[in-house]
This record gives sequence, C-alpha cells and structure tokens, in this order.
Amino acid sequence: MNAPRTPLLRVENLSIPLPTGLDREFAVENISYDLHAGEILCIVGESGSGKSMTANAIMGLLPDYLNPSGGKILFRGKDLLTMRESDLEQERGRSMAMVFQEPLSALNPLMKVRDQIAEVMEVHGERNAETRDRRVLDLLEYVGLPDPANLRDAYPFRLSGGQRQRVMIAMALALEPALLIADEPTTALDVTTQAQILDLIRRIQKAKGMGVMFVTHDFGVVADIADRVVVMERGIVVEQGLAEDVLNRPKHPYTRRLIAAVPHREAHDAKAAAEGDLILDVRNLRKTYRSGGGFFSRPRVVNAVNDISFTLRRGETLGVVGESGSGKSTLGRCLLKLTEVDGGQVLFRGSDVVPLSAGAFRPLRRHMQMVFQDPFASLNPRQTVGRILTDGPVANGVSYADAEIKARELLALVGLETSAFDRYPQEFSGGQRQRVGIARALALDPELLVADESVSALDVSVQAQVLELLQDLQRKLNIAIIFITHDLRIAAQICDRIAVMYRGEIVESGPPEQVFDAPQHAYTQRLIAAIPGLHWNPRLAVL
Amino acid sequence: MPALLTLCRQGKILKTLDFLFQRFVKAILVVLGVVILNFVLIHMAPGDPASVLAGEAGAGDAKFIAQLRAQFGLDQPLYWQLWTYLKGVLTGDLGYSYRNQVPVMTLILDRLPATLLLTGCAFVFSLVLGILLGVIAAYRRGSIADSVVMTSALVFYATPLFWIALMSVLVFSLHLDWLPPFDMESIGANYTGWARVADIAHHLVLPTVTLGLFFTAVYTRLTRASMLEVMALDFVKTARAKGVPKAQIIRRHVLRNAILPVFTFASMQAGQLVGGAVLTETVFAWPGIGRLMFDALLQRDYPVLLGVFLVTAAVVVLVNLITDLLYRFVDPRIEAAS
Repeated sequence: MNAPRTPLLRVENLSIPLPTGLDREFAVENISYDLHAGEILCIVGESGSGKSMTANAIMGLLPDYLNPSGGKILFRGKDLLTMRESDLEQERGRSMAMVFQEPLSALNPLMKVRDQIAEVMEVHGERNAETRDRRVLDLLEYVGLPDPANLRDAYPFRLSGGQRQRVMIAMALALEPALLIADEPTTALDVTTQAQILDLIRRIQKAKGMGVMFVTHDFGVVADIADRVVVMERGIVVEQGLAEDVLNRPKHPYTRRLIAAVPHREAHDAKAAAEGDLILDVRNLRKTYRSGGGFFSRPRVVNAVNDISFTLRRGETLGVVGESGSGKSTLGRCLLKLTEVDGGQVLFRGSDVVPLSAGAFRPLRRHMQMVFQDPFASLNPRQTVGRILTDGPVANGVSYADAEIKARELLALVGLETSAFDRYPQEFSGGQRQRVGIARALALDPELLVADESVSALDVSVQAQVLELLQDLQRKLNIAIIFITHDLRIAAQICDRIAVMYRGEIVESGPPEQVFDAPQHAYTQRLIAAIPGLHWNPRLAVL
Repeated sequence: MPALLTLCRQGKILKTLDFLFQRFVKAILVVLGVVILNFVLIHMAPGDPASVLAGEAGAGDAKFIAQLRAQFGLDQPLYWQLWTYLKGVLTGDLGYSYRNQVPVMTLILDRLPATLLLTGCAFVFSLVLGILLGVIAAYRRGSIADSVVMTSALVFYATPLFWIALMSVLVFSLHLDWLPPFDMESIGANYTGWARVADIAHHLVLPTVTLGLFFTAVYTRLTRASMLEVMALDFVKTARAKGVPKAQIIRRHVLRNAILPVFTFASMQAGQLVGGAVLTETVFAWPGIGRLMFDALLQRDYPVLLGVFLVTAAVVVLVNLITDLLYRFVDPRIEAAS
C-alpha cells in the first residue's frame, strides 16, 4: 500500500478556459488528482463546479468550443490531451468507458439494446457476430437484467430508467475497460433503484479491479461507495483525501458547508402542530388514468390515487414520500383540483370541494397554493417578478397598489432584494427563482401550501436554504404544508408526519420517528434501507 | 406461428387493427368533407357551364340554355344535385363531362398515370437529393460546402416554379438542345418496349427537376436542421464514448433519428406536389390531371373539376395513411404511444 504506484489516471494541473463573457475565466483551473486501479474516486461538487467537465475532458468528449489550455491527463502514462482523435477512438469504449446521468436519453431510441451493446465490440474489432451476441447475453445477465434473452431485442423505451442504466453499464463493461467514468449515474433514478445500481457498480469494480471515477453531487452516495474523495468548487479542487477523512473530518470551509447542508433526520417537536385546527380532511380519494383502447382493444387503467385518506392541521407539515409513479404528484394535483377526481371527498375547512364547479371553487383557490418543482419552467419568462407576484391578488380583487406593497414585503420575507420586483425570472439563479415561486404562492395568503418536489432541482446548499425558508415561513404564518418528495432524508428533516405512497396507496404513515425506526410495511423498509449514506451522520462531521 | 402467437399476446395485432380502423374511418370522412366542400364552393363561384357551352355553340337564347340545364340536372336544387353526385361517387360514377362527352372517370384514369409518374419521380428526386445535401451540410457544418448547399437551397426555395420551368426550357431545350421541352413522348415516333421507356424518361427529366427543386430545397434545410438537433443529443455522446468513428455515428445514430421529421413533412407535402404539378404540367404540356384540371377550370366543367379534386384528395389521404403505417415500422415508439 505504501509503495508508490503508477496511477491508472493522473490529472495534472488541468485547466479548461471558458469562452469569454461568462461568469468566470476557467471551467476548471489547475486541478490535479490521481485515480488508482481498483479504487472508487468520487468527484463531488454542486452544479457549475466543473466536475462533469473533467470527466468529459478525460474521455475527449468536450464540445468544440472548450479546449484544455494547460496540464496533462495521463492514462497509463500516456497523455490523452496530445493524442490524435483516431487513437483516442481506439481507447474510448475499450480501455476507458463512461456511463451518463440520463438513462432516458443516453440510449439511441431507434436501436435495439442488443445492437447498441454489440456496437462497442464491433467498432473495436470483434468481427464475429455470434461471439458478439453471446457476449451481449452474458453482459445483460451479469448486470442483473431480467430475462436477457428477450430483453436484448427490446428498444430502450420499453425499459425502466434503472434497466436502461444497467444496459449502459453493460455497454461500458463490454470490453472490460480499466477505467470506468460514471457521471451522476444514479441521479435520475429512484432511491431503491439507485441503491441497486450503486451496489452493482461496487460489485463490478471489485470483481474486475477497475478504477472508477464517480461524479456526484450527493454526499450520501459518496458515503456509500467512495474510497477517496475530491471536492470541487467553481472549477477548483478545494479538498481531497480518503473518504473516511473527508466525510468525518472535513477541513475546507466549503466541504464543511456542503456536508452541513446534507438533509438529515432531525428531532423536532410535533406536538405544537398536532394542536392546530383541522384544515384538510381527505377521505377515500380516488383518481384513475385511462389510456389507449379502441374498437378492438381494451384501455389501460392505472389507479394513480387509490382510496387515500388523511388529515392535516394548521401549522403542520405532512410529507408525502414515494418513488416515481407512486401517485404522489397526482395526489397533490387532485387536492388543488388541478385534475378531475374520480371519487372520495376533500374537506377543506369542513366543506367538500370535490363536487364544486370550477367557478364555485375559484374563490377557494387562493387559500390553497402550489410550489412547483422546476424553478425554470414554472415562472413565465415574459413577465417581471412583480407581475408574477401581483397577478394573483389583482385577479382576486386586491388593488394593484396594495398588491405591489404586499409583493415587496413578500420578496423581503423570502430573502430577496425588493428591487427584484422589476426584474425578469431569467436574471435569477435556480434557488432565487424558487424563492420567487414561494413568494408567488404566498401572495394570496394561502392556508395550505402544496410543495411538489419543490427543492429537488436545487443544489444541496441552496436546497437547505429553501427548506429553512419554508419552515421559517410556516412558523410565522402558521400555514399547513403538504411536502411531496422522493427524498426521505428531506422528509425526515422537515416533516411532522410522513405518509409513504406506493402504487397509488398510502402504505404507511406516522411521525418520522415511527416510520424510520419501526417501519411496518415491507416497501417502507426497502425504501429506508436504500437511503444513501444511511450509516453516516453528516451532523456529527461538522460539529 | 409462434411469432404470430407472441404478437397476439402482446395485443400488437389488435392495436394495429384499431389503428387501421380509426385511420380508415377518418380518411373516408376527410374525403367526404372535401367532396362536399368543393361541391358547394364550385357552385358558389360565378359562371355557369350551361351558358359557357351555349355560348361556344353560338346559341345564346334562353330556351337552349334552359334545355341544357335540364339535361345536366343543373335546374335541380343544390342539395339534390349534391345527393345525386354523392350517390354516384359511392358507385364509382364521377359524372359525365359536359365538355368532352366522356365519363369523368375515364378522363381521369386516362390522365392519372402521367401525373403519378411525374409527381412520383419529383418526390423521390427531391427527397433523396434533399436528404443527401442536408446530411452533407450538417456533417460539414460551417464549411464552404455547407454555405454553398444552403445558399443554393435558399435560391431555389425563393424562386417561383414557373420561372425555373421557363428558364430550364430556354437553356436545356432551346439553347443546348439536350432535353425535349414538352409532352411525355416524342410525337409520331411510336416507340415500343424499352425504347419507349427511354423516350419517356428523356421527357421526364425537365419537369421532374423543375417540380422537384423547390422541395429539394425544403428537405435540404429540414434535414440539416434535424441532423444538427440530433447531433446534440445524449445518445450521440454515448456513441462517441463507445469509440464509434464519426462517419458511422452520423449514419447509424444521427441520420436514422433525424430523418423522422423529414418523412412527416414529406408526406404532408405530397399533396402540394400534386398542386405544383398543375403549373409544371401546363408549362411542359404534360398530359396529366393537372392540365385536365386547368382546362376544366376554364371551361366550367364542374364534374371534371370535382372528380380531379376528389382523386387528388384521395391520393393525399392515402399517402398520409401509408406514412403513418410506415412510421410504426420506422419508429418503434409510435405503436406503444398510440
């Protein structure tokens, strides 16, 4: 261990300049690190830290307008940056391979899985179609895909996100590369799928002795798989070392800040909330989606929300937790009557809103507001923030002058400059826009706020700030919040009660302590076991 | 047999049947709508076939005109005329040409092959050349080749069809004497067999290129844009990461995906191609239904006009139906979505 080894990959003083006119001069500046065979190196950082840029530079996949201006990337001693494109093509796919973030778009939609995997072998000289075919079958089996013999003839759209990512991994492993670069490979996946993929990568890495460079933004994932860690901030490596050291004894203030922002279950007092007035009483709510069907074939029916009941009190936060397709977003939309409901009752302040017509419901809308997931798509880019904040109140009969005063107060309340009033959404960062989104929801003095994945598009430090803001606002305004999320850590951190959804049903609910410490339902148990970094306490690291 | 069973189990056959059934019903409704709309529009237009015929016969008196009107059923109420016409259409009877004294169906069937030949050739010519040029422009984006291709495409896109037709006759027929300027076959030559095929092909060149250039320009631009869009997608990066050489990436990954919107557009334009044929056929004296329509229009020959409209509408609908079916083979996602 102590003898100096030649690293598999050595990045040496690498700098990649950005085109002029951007917020900084370099995408990455003077970064250096080593990756040895048989280890997993995690590159961790927030968006814009340059972590993906480095990965792409190693593979020679940078866009044309980005060219490294200095440094070396030594792969088994050879500098990849000075290699001819045709030589680099020989290395790519054979001795180094890459898995990308979006399994939905990373596979060619018009090519069968079999052909996409076989292509790697074909372009690297395996001429025998039968050999390729046999290897494809082995690979699919190896990455744990069900029924490989049939699955290889499927087109990617037939596969789930996790299955596609397994196909990507099979493709990367086809020629047993020495180096595997995984660029946020589990970010787009559900938590239980993420756990399986992480497990797979770790298993393969051990079996093949590969060097794995794993790019991620999630310290929980780092805690689960990293041997060593490189922390990047705005194009600079701020800290690197053994995972154990960086995770538990972070030195650089930025690392400490990041780790402090990792969502984690916190003890809190749910009693106060339990004493508020009942504001929402949902009874046997049902919503069914039908698709397809015609003269000769039957339609497909999905019970998105199946017989759901719960109550919510003023000042209380209910976390609705589930994976994609569990029906959690549909539930939120049903409560606000953004979609038709097929059965059941939604008693808001004691009266059922389900039978109300759109016109009869409109006066109630202002009391129930939504904060959406995507801070970029949910604000109209052609309207100023002022217009966005005043439209609702003005439509509800408030005078513009009053609405404007209120809007400026709200901006201050959510931690933005009041001058933001006259600016457009695109002038703000993601976190700031989400603050605008929250201010917009609050402009109508709602009593109920439905936050649908409202922080999942944000970087972890921004996420922490927005969560804090929501909790702070709840204390001040005594509103009830339904917090829909896929991230159990966040739910555990801010919710008074948690409802776990699975296939349209609430399979378990209760206070976080109960759900986390004594989960009753098998699905909840699986979900909790899959939380990344479960055995690592970020709070202790930054005490 | 096992394959068929699997298909049945997956409901694929039923789904396709459903699809065909729905599209067929829609297609019939569309054609019916076109017939009714044209019928009403034509009868709203000023002018009357009876008076045109009477005028040409040199007898303008009211009694003769009334007699003609009664003979052709023009004295009946409009809804009754429509009903009679629709009944005829259902039995394959498109009426009788006042002017040519022949059943409309005979006239159209006589002319249709020439038009289908011309538009078919122009369609294939423009699609193949357009896609080829578009691929080159996208592959060599920013190069001189790209600029030349895109500038020429713009020129042909902006130039009126009839002008290109006249100029090409001037250059290639009159000055260079390479190609025949009009008609489909050499008059009086009476070629048979392959000699006849060669003769027709020789006559086809000018009208095909003229009619096709505009659409070539459209497909070139569309293909280039679509290619560039696909080249920016993630799976292209995946292919690069696999070590696939650039030319193969373009062929295997980019083109196949980029060509889908081009096909959609091409099927929509098939109808316009028939419309464009009216001009081309007139300029090149091509004996197709485009010219038949043009003459019928001048002569107020309602049954012929209606017949031509009906047939062109049916061709357009048919082309669209075929495209939709083809799409299900080219793009496996379509079937799942429907």
